[in-house]
Amino acid sequence: MMTARESAAALAAAFGTAVLRRSESCGDTIVSVARESAHEMLQWLKETPGQDFDYLTDVTAVDYRDPGQPLEVVYQLRSLQRKVDLRIKIPLDKSGDLSVDSVWDLWKGADWLEREVFDMFGVTFTNHPDLRRILMWETYREGFPLRKDFPLRGHYSRAEQTRQALGANPEAHYSMEELSIAAAYDDLPDDMRERLATGERGEVK
Amino acid sequence: MTTRTIDFEITTPGLDRAGHPTQVPLGVPIEPASFRIPDPGEEHMLVNIGPQHPATHGVLRLVVELDGEVVQRVVPHIGYLHSGFEKLGEYRHYNQIIPLTDRTDYLSPMANNVCFALAAEKLMGISITERCAVLRVIACELSRIISHLVWLGTTGIDLGAFTPFLWSFNEREKVYDLQEAWTGARLTTSLTRIGGMMADIPDGWEDGLRSFCRDFPNTLREVDTMLTRNAIWIGRTQNVGVLTGEEAINYSLSGPMLRASGVDYDVRKDRPYLGYETYEFDVPIGEHGDIYDRYRVRLEEMFQSVRILEQALDRLAGLRGAPVNASDPRVILPPKSSAMSDMEAMIFHFKQVMEGIAAPPGEAYLGIENPKGELGYYLVADGTAKPVRWRIRPPSFINLACLPKLCEGVLLSDVIAINASIDIVMGEIDR
Repeated sequence: MMTARESAAALAAAFGTAVLRRSESCGDTIVSVARESAHEMLQWLKETPGQDFDYLTDVTAVDYRDPGQPLEVVYQLRSLQRKVDLRIKIPLDKSGDLSVDSVWDLWKGADWLEREVFDMFGVTFTNHPDLRRILMWETYREGFPLRKDFPLRGHYSRAEQTRQALGANPEAHYSMEELSIAAAYDDLPDDMRERLATGERGEVK
Repeated sequence: MTTRTIDFEITTPGLDRAGHPTQVPLGVPIEPASFRIPDPGEEHMLVNIGPQHPATHGVLRLVVELDGEVVQRVVPHIGYLHSGFEKLGEYRHYNQIIPLTDRTDYLSPMANNVCFALAAEKLMGISITERCAVLRVIACELSRIISHLVWLGTTGIDLGAFTPFLWSFNEREKVYDLQEAWTGARLTTSLTRIGGMMADIPDGWEDGLRSFCRDFPNTLREVDTMLTRNAIWIGRTQNVGVLTGEEAINYSLSGPMLRASGVDYDVRKDRPYLGYETYEFDVPIGEHGDIYDRYRVRLEEMFQSVRILEQALDRLAGLRGAPVNASDPRVILPPKSSAMSDMEAMIFHFKQVMEGIAAPPGEAYLGIENPKGELGYYLVADGTAKPVRWRIRPPSFINLACLPKLCEGVLLSDVIAINASIDIVMGEIDR
């Protein structure tokens, strides 16, 4: 039975320089990996006999207070048989391209977790089947709430937020896809259909 | 006049002759084609359920696409209760986050408090006293019982069984009385502190818990009699919302949802905390992965929780008078009497309240077996008294994500049953 530290060493042996850093904190083993080969590594960890990290505990991201530090996407992996946990991190340069490959094809459980990271941090997951905001509404345009540059009370005053909420179209809460299914779209009032067709979704500039 | 005896058999659907439940082929597997009797053509209907709907167990909105009565697709919409707890936590001292944990999974607040304290202690490298560990086990198991009782009652109502709701809420009230006597609050308990507890249990509290442990299994057995072999209950739950073990792992499910599918994974056994490895209890595992098995797993978990509570009470008797809080002046407030008379104690008190407890740079993830599944707190610290990141691994959020999968091709009424069987709490999903 391999420990998490041995798994991390095996990963480094298999992928060489794509493994950026191995560390431990409070007894947890952490491996930082390069964005380009992250998906391949996660697949390797999941499918290689002896590793068997078959359970994706969590996907999240960390934005540090120090603006120079990269934003990290964090995967918590677990092997149910071996009872071992491993944390994989992908550091992303905040001024650069914030995108990583989705692991939805490996773990279906990543669907909503990655959507939440997208919603809260603005990290895009390529090849994700349905990358939409999940906790915030789809027309939310203030930014990404869990980033450190997002103020605790939001960018707008309470009065402005109320004004925007009242100014939004109620149909903005339905996605085009939902409304275009079958008969529902035809039953809408003409003006509403027009607004939807022209892409006006109640966004306040 | 002659009399005649006619032999005939009285059968109940779902029961064999001995009265044992059999698998009734209702619900899944359904060939959607066989239900298109009045062919609705290509026209599908959209039904909006929620966010204000009693059967969605909170402000959950489901958009259901129907072909006749057969569900083609379910799109859940969440976020109506989003409160930004994770963001708020970045602006709070560690001990100030504990009241926020009450409000995430508000059906088991004490277990959330325990999980946060454990995660912060892992981050800071603090060890707790034996009595504290036993008290926390009691808090966790009481939470499991009240959370499962809410699940049992409300799911029963969703499926048309009203009586178990009254029984389970009656029992839940007793736990709430205990909770109130211990913490002063029924819902927002804020029970733990880093390195210890907010308060020790009051005098005579053990007696109340003992009498609860004595009476509660009787109520559970009555519910068992009412539901487990009830033909309607069986018909509505067996073979509905089936998930195989492999799928359940792939969807990252946890808790009773995972175990009902036959996967033997319980954090208490596999990654023990609070000395759970020293308690004797069994982990119930289902085999069919349907709603019925989820019900059986949760019901049995409550019996097992009572077993753990009894063992914890015995240990508590041996630890009478033992300290509850760790003797670490960095994290534990000095007693009020010495804070008012001793200079050093007053300084510690002042520094802790005003500056908070600084955690060394580092990060820690700690998961515990909450009633709904694996609740995990992931803390990242940079050496200040406030976390850089406080991530909640929300079990109901991840369990709910498989709802569209579970609802493929079922009837509309089964959507309600399946949604109920996941045991969600919106405070935790939206956070």
